[in-house]
Amino acid sequence: MTLRVLYFARLRECFGMAEESIEFAGVSVADLIATLQARGGVWAEELAAGRAFRVAVNQDVVALDAAIPNAAEVAIFPPVTGG
Amino acid sequence: MKAGAMKVVVQSQPFDLGAEVAAISQQRTAIGAIASFVGLARDSNDGSGVTAMTLEHYPGMTEKALVTLVDEACARWTLLDVTVIHRVGRLLPGDPIVLVAVASSHRGEAFAACEFIMDALKTRAPFWKKEETPGGERWVDARVSDAEAAERWDGIE
Repeated sequence: MTLRVLYFARLRECFGMAEESIEFAGVSVADLIATLQARGGVWAEELAAGRAFRVAVNQDVVALDAAIPNAAEVAIFPPVTGG
Repeated sequence: MKAGAMKVVVQSQPFDLGAEVAAISQQRTAIGAIASFVGLARDSNDGSGVTAMTLEHYPGMTEKALVTLVDEACARWTLLDVTVIHRVGRLLPGDPIVLVAVASSHRGEAFAACEFIMDALKTRAPFWKKEETPGGERWVDARVSDAEAAERWDGIE
């Protein structure tokens, strides 16, 4: 399935892109993170276990074991700092 | 809270606290209390000067997250109206960033709900601050104290 993946704030700058389309064969958020980590470099570094980042699926923050529905909008971003 | 008595806005332009409070109270004689909070851009953070900041957000999710926070506040307290305005874009020290105004019959619920919404907004609404300092630009890190402030509501009625 095809996912629209968005990046925000510091991660958008580190990855050098605001969004991309990804052909995804996995099931969960953890599978997607593993796919991105496999790119190596900043991807492996920023998305390593223990690093603080959040994942939203269709605009709701979810846990790593959450399933990703077909054609979902997934966003990966640092902990929020508004207000 | 009657339908429509909620205003949630993300905007780049400034807001006017007085005008927002007047809009809430206009012709609403059941309201006995309006508690409001305005957050401002500071000129320093983490030991260095801040000359400006830029607020980024996640359009779509931001509005949805803010409406969810207000809905949660309305479920916990009896509220007559809620306004939340959050600015995005480049702001200078002294500029207002965020406004939360809550109307209720009595002050207790208005104060509590206003603080709850701000605490929840700080940890759950997708905004990010990037500061301009004499040493260059830097993204602001999330604070443990903000997470603690949001979590304490879990055990409070």
